[in-house]
Amino acid sequence: MNPLIPLFVAVPLAGAFLIMILGRFIPFLNRYLAAAVLLFLAFISFWSLLTEGADASVYRVGGWEPVNGVPIGIYMVHDSFSALVLCIISLIGLLSVIYSMSYMAGYTSGDYFYALFCLMTAGMNGVVLSGDIFNIFVFLEISAISSYALVAFGVGKNELEATLKYQVMGAIASFLILFAIGFIYWKAKTLNIADIRVAYEEGHDRSYYLLVQLMLLTGFGVKAAVIPFHAWLPDAHSSAPSPISAMLSGVLIKAVGIYVIIRLFFNMFEITEGISVLITTLGAVSMVVGTFLAIGQWDIKRLLAYSSISQMGYVVMAVGIGMILTARGVKSDVAALAITGGIFHMLNHAAFKGLLFLNAGAIEYSVGTRDLRQMGGLAETMPVTSATSFIGSLSISGIPPFNGFFSKLIIIVAAVMGHFYLLAVLAALVSIITLAYFMKFQRYAFYDRQPGKTVQKIKKVPAPMLFSMIVLALVCLLLSLLALPSLRDAILTPAADLLIDQMKYSSQITGM
Amino acid sequence: MKGMTIIVKKTTQLIAGMIFLYGIYIILHGHLTPGGGFAGGIILAGSFILLILAYGSDFLILVRKESGSTIYENLGVLVFLFLALTGLLFGGRIFFANWLPHGTPGELISAGFLPLYNICVGIEVAASILSIFLALIIFKEEILK
Repeated sequence: MNPLIPLFVAVPLAGAFLIMILGRFIPFLNRYLAAAVLLFLAFISFWSLLTEGADASVYRVGGWEPVNGVPIGIYMVHDSFSALVLCIISLIGLLSVIYSMSYMAGYTSGDYFYALFCLMTAGMNGVVLSGDIFNIFVFLEISAISSYALVAFGVGKNELEATLKYQVMGAIASFLILFAIGFIYWKAKTLNIADIRVAYEEGHDRSYYLLVQLMLLTGFGVKAAVIPFHAWLPDAHSSAPSPISAMLSGVLIKAVGIYVIIRLFFNMFEITEGISVLITTLGAVSMVVGTFLAIGQWDIKRLLAYSSISQMGYVVMAVGIGMILTARGVKSDVAALAITGGIFHMLNHAAFKGLLFLNAGAIEYSVGTRDLRQMGGLAETMPVTSATSFIGSLSISGIPPFNGFFSKLIIIVAAVMGHFYLLAVLAALVSIITLAYFMKFQRYAFYDRQPGKTVQKIKKVPAPMLFSMIVLALVCLLLSLLALPSLRDAILTPAADLLIDQMKYSSQITGM
Repeated sequence: MKGMTIIVKKTTQLIAGMIFLYGIYIILHGHLTPGGGFAGGIILAGSFILLILAYGSDFLILVRKESGSTIYENLGVLVFLFLALTGLLFGGRIFFANWLPHGTPGELISAGFLPLYNICVGIEVAASILSIFLALIIFKEEILK
């Protein structure tokens, strides 16, 4: 048992409550303590990614050993898939905290901000590491409730409206998830994901579990903002403070939405063709509709928020293609390729969408507006922001040599090899439209100086914000190295194999 | 906030202490009888809320009480987490390990860490319910001003 695993949850929790106590006596402690917590998490997450082998590492909280092969107690599972998600949570989290040091200086109640930030991180780490569905729900609520408060942090009219919408939809989703967990517990008599899988293999009522699957898909679909359930995302992500938008869009929708959907539908249920086709359709619809909604936006952060929906559509669609092929039992290598592409795009999206939201925050910080029509010619006055956002825009539109190109290429190649020609064409088209609206963003914000307009008073962007943006831009470049076959086999392929080989997860945990 | 009539005040004076003691009883016997940290914590918070409602309070005193209860709330969680983390150091590197001697089942001092966890949960729940209550009346007072 790797003793680092519980620290992923315990350290940010302790950090959050220490900030609340010590923060009132020592000024400025909050930001440094939060940065230290996230730095520690980043260190142990990369350490675990590099040192853990292909096998899952199971941690039994409280030391409760299985009785007659039936797991009791709480299990935390660290495997090659969750390791990747933990890395992006802590990396984006660390850079967002560094960015907030100067960005949040204009807001009051810094203690609450950093404490909620640590709580949200603890919740996401818990969701990713949890080995049973009830604890997924508990940690999901921890991260969701702290994110409701963080979205409303500006306490303006728009923020409160956005957070109310987010809370209502989030509560409906949580209710559906809890209901589905109750249904599963009723039939399977267990909450451990691996053990549910064993009970499921021994015989199950097909239509009963279909209802459960639909409820879980709807619940986590709201959290992941796939298209029919996306209404909360553009408001919440655009009215939150920018480092929080980066966390929400870059990490939260993946850790509590996409990750859980993938984990449950691959490792807990048996993949059926009906559900796989449904997931692929949802992904393709999100991909296409999200991009058309984004192109008409004039508010930078709303544009980025709709683009998140579209890019998450790529991930869901790629994973769905893998599911369809696995369900049919054909071309398992193409299925593995599609899932690899999906996971790769998920990592890439965390990097470039985090970067773009931080850029949007920097623009808002210096110019004081988010409306593209009121800016122009910022490239001269904000060279670093302009350069990094150019890198982010090229990455998200899939221009080589940036990371987005390789993940989209893998997804499109997998779609063609699996004979999903329509999806491949749609993916390529959406990528072109993405390029179009990011060129719109670049042009109106940074280049096109209109002669009649007076140059606004521009504040200088402070160093911590520049640091975060530059590091993320470098990450965007470095992540494209994962496309090299040797690195891909070391990091991405084990995660895809774990999902393809359906019984491996549960057999590793129950030891059967 | 204004207090209530003398009848309510006297009755509250008589029963608030009993309610408080009952809450402590529920928390301490959490590992033996039904109830425990959460239920007992709610009862503890109930006795405080009763006193505030019956006697009324000044706005500034309410704010001070709220900040005090927030500190206790955070301390409760921190001590709980600290106890769980001692398992990593002394309990064979297991988080939440119950490495204290378990004692005889049925005795008040038994079951290792469970009574300690219950006390932490009790403090945490009592303080947070009280904080929520205080936050709501502080909000109302601010609107009335």
